[in-house]
Amino acid sequence: MRCLCSPLLLKSKTAGRLVLQTARLMVGVPDYDAYVEHLRRVHPGEPVMTQAEFFRERQDRRYGVGPGSAMRCC
Amino acid sequence: MGSLSLSSRPAVAWLGWLFVAVLGSFALATIALHRGETINALWLVVASVCVYLIAYRFYGLFIAERVLALDPLRRTPAQRRNDGLDYVPTNKYVLFGHHFAAIAGAGPLVGPVLAAQMGYLPGTLWLLAGVVFAGAVQDFIVLFISTRRDGRSLGDMVKSEMGIIPGTIAMVGVLMIMVILLAVLALVVVKALAHSPWGTFTVFATLPIAVFMGVYGRYIRPHRIGEMSVIGFVLLMMAIVGGESVAHSATFGPMFTFTGETLALMLIGYGFVASVLPVWLLLAPRDYLSTFLKIGTIAGLALGIMIVMPELKMPAVSRFVDGTGPVFAGALFPFLFITIACGAVSGFHSLICSGTTPKMLENETQARLIGYGSMVVESMVAIMALIAACVIEPGVYFAMNSSPALIGTTAERASEVIGTWGFVVTPDMLKQIATDVGESTILSRAGGAPTLAVGMAHILSNVIGGASMMAFWYHFAILFEALFILTTVDAGTRVARFMIQDLLGSYVPAMKNTESWAANLTATGIAVTAWGYFLYQGVVDPLGGVNTLWPLFGISNQMLAAIALTLCTVVLFKMKRERYAWVTIAPCVWLLVCTLTAGWQKLFHENPAIGFLAHAKKFSTAVANGEVLAPAKNIEQMQTIVFNDYVNSGVTLFFIVVVLAMVFYGVVAIRRALASFSSTAQEDGDAMPLQPAAS
Repeated sequence: MRCLCSPLLLKSKTAGRLVLQTARLMVGVPDYDAYVEHLRRVHPGEPVMTQAEFFRERQDRRYGVGPGSAMRCC
Repeated sequence: MGSLSLSSRPAVAWLGWLFVAVLGSFALATIALHRGETINALWLVVASVCVYLIAYRFYGLFIAERVLALDPLRRTPAQRRNDGLDYVPTNKYVLFGHHFAAIAGAGPLVGPVLAAQMGYLPGTLWLLAGVVFAGAVQDFIVLFISTRRDGRSLGDMVKSEMGIIPGTIAMVGVLMIMVILLAVLALVVVKALAHSPWGTFTVFATLPIAVFMGVYGRYIRPHRIGEMSVIGFVLLMMAIVGGESVAHSATFGPMFTFTGETLALMLIGYGFVASVLPVWLLLAPRDYLSTFLKIGTIAGLALGIMIVMPELKMPAVSRFVDGTGPVFAGALFPFLFITIACGAVSGFHSLICSGTTPKMLENETQARLIGYGSMVVESMVAIMALIAACVIEPGVYFAMNSSPALIGTTAERASEVIGTWGFVVTPDMLKQIATDVGESTILSRAGGAPTLAVGMAHILSNVIGGASMMAFWYHFAILFEALFILTTVDAGTRVARFMIQDLLGSYVPAMKNTESWAANLTATGIAVTAWGYFLYQGVVDPLGGVNTLWPLFGISNQMLAAIALTLCTVVLFKMKRERYAWVTIAPCVWLLVCTLTAGWQKLFHENPAIGFLAHAKKFSTAVANGEVLAPAKNIEQMQTIVFNDYVNSGVTLFFIVVVLAMVFYGVVAIRRALASFSSTAQEDGDAMPLQPAAS
């Protein structure tokens, strides 16, 4: 029983996380945890944006100036 | 990534692909050879899915392994420049969703609906062949070359690979395409909302809903996208339900009933205000709503078609392939190939494939799934739109899509005229459909959106709600399209504004300052005036506007695709992979043939319904004789029509010159590449500093 359920549960958890990530990225917000993880690993000691700051920064970027801003289609 | 040779695979895999091939051929043959009153839509779905699977598995893999020689060990921009923000290695399925949401828009929904006037077969064949050999190839290769250049934009890559002059020409061309695109999309909304209080109310209601969501996500529960989207969705559904009472109310009904002209002016004003407001207040929250609604509705429509399995009532090939059709004028070649732009091949995608997506690719080999794969799914969306247009009675379809100049303004007259075209529709049927969807009339609701909405309502009401829910589903479909078109108008105006500031900035440095209100307002004003002019012209156009503007949009969009494919070809030659350059040359040549022929005919065709100059001549001759031709009511309107014809001719000529110039510079670059013994491609953004490039 156990060996059947736990991988399934694990899988559905991963799948659920992926769906959430997809939905967020569709509107231009990448994974916050990955951002924090990246800063910790590569730039330790540098200030890390809070989730709310991160969200604002991404929102401005998506609709702002420059090559990072999203083009949208017809 | 699998290997191109299947020999090492178990025989089961071979058998599986053989089965798909046989099934697909059988379905295609059934569609092509069917001689009956109706045919089940499922045949179309099965044939398309089989074609897509085989194309993705074999042609996509061929491009990946042989043509581009994707390198799984090469570090992508996301890995080299990972910053957790713009450059992030992203799971390929997550990135697929992001990319698909960015490329799917109103285009693949409108084009096939208009093209349905020629029957379902021509549109289907072009959608399938176009996506396999042109559209998906363009998306895939542009994504690839941008990934090898730090995710730089199309204009930037044209500059570095082909030269500064072609780079600037491409940028001006893109700006002009943007203007036509925004005008034609806004026109679709105006056409759908004119004289429809129910639709107008629900679309107006999205403004306070979005603002509430914006405030909620900014101050009440920061960054809770899910929560605010659910709240917004619930409010939106309430607005649709409430819209019915508003439409029937004696006080509120007239308040939300507008003519096309008024709606156009409101939309122009809205476009100006919306694109200078802070993004979090209106644009972002509405973007969330429209993105999720778009994905949800597309999935819902796919499910609906699978469950209902509707019959297609449109003939396979209608008599209008000869170019006399009421929806758009012009023969099958070249006009079918520019009417269905997105869904088969869309130049606009080249801007998205060189935007945010290449900065998030985890591995170069995933470009096939994301570039080729997303485009194939978009093509499927276009097939579904075609199905939705073909499940309604052909007579009703033509009543909805012909201008009043042709079919008059009463159900009786419309039924009579459409009868002479060989499609039976009684006045009662036309009135009944209008009642079913909760509108006063369905005559001459051109633009594609209302037709698609009737088709979707037909399919979805068979799944949920039955006939009593038809009106709800109709207005749901209208709202769904209007919502993401308005988002595009808003965001597109911003993009156009930045482009204008960038271009003018080279001459007037003050314009470049995006912090300056004067510069921002001036550039926004220019952008809005430009698309607003074409929109207004389209609204007052006697032939319905879509007739004039959609071909212009199609020509420009396909020309952009030709430009992108020219760049891809140049890069293949520079990489010394000219052996495989036919992969991009063939679709590029085809697009050039179609768009240049269409452009030429739009200019010089002797039929005033097709040629702008012939139309101008007809009206100016009448002016000289002191006559007033319908629908103009006085000499002044006559002169406006003539003037608009010349403007449209100018725009067409401009597009032709741009594309020819690009091809010329492409050939020059190819010759230079051939003269060199080693690769001359400028990969990896080696020449580029870290800071963001202009454009």
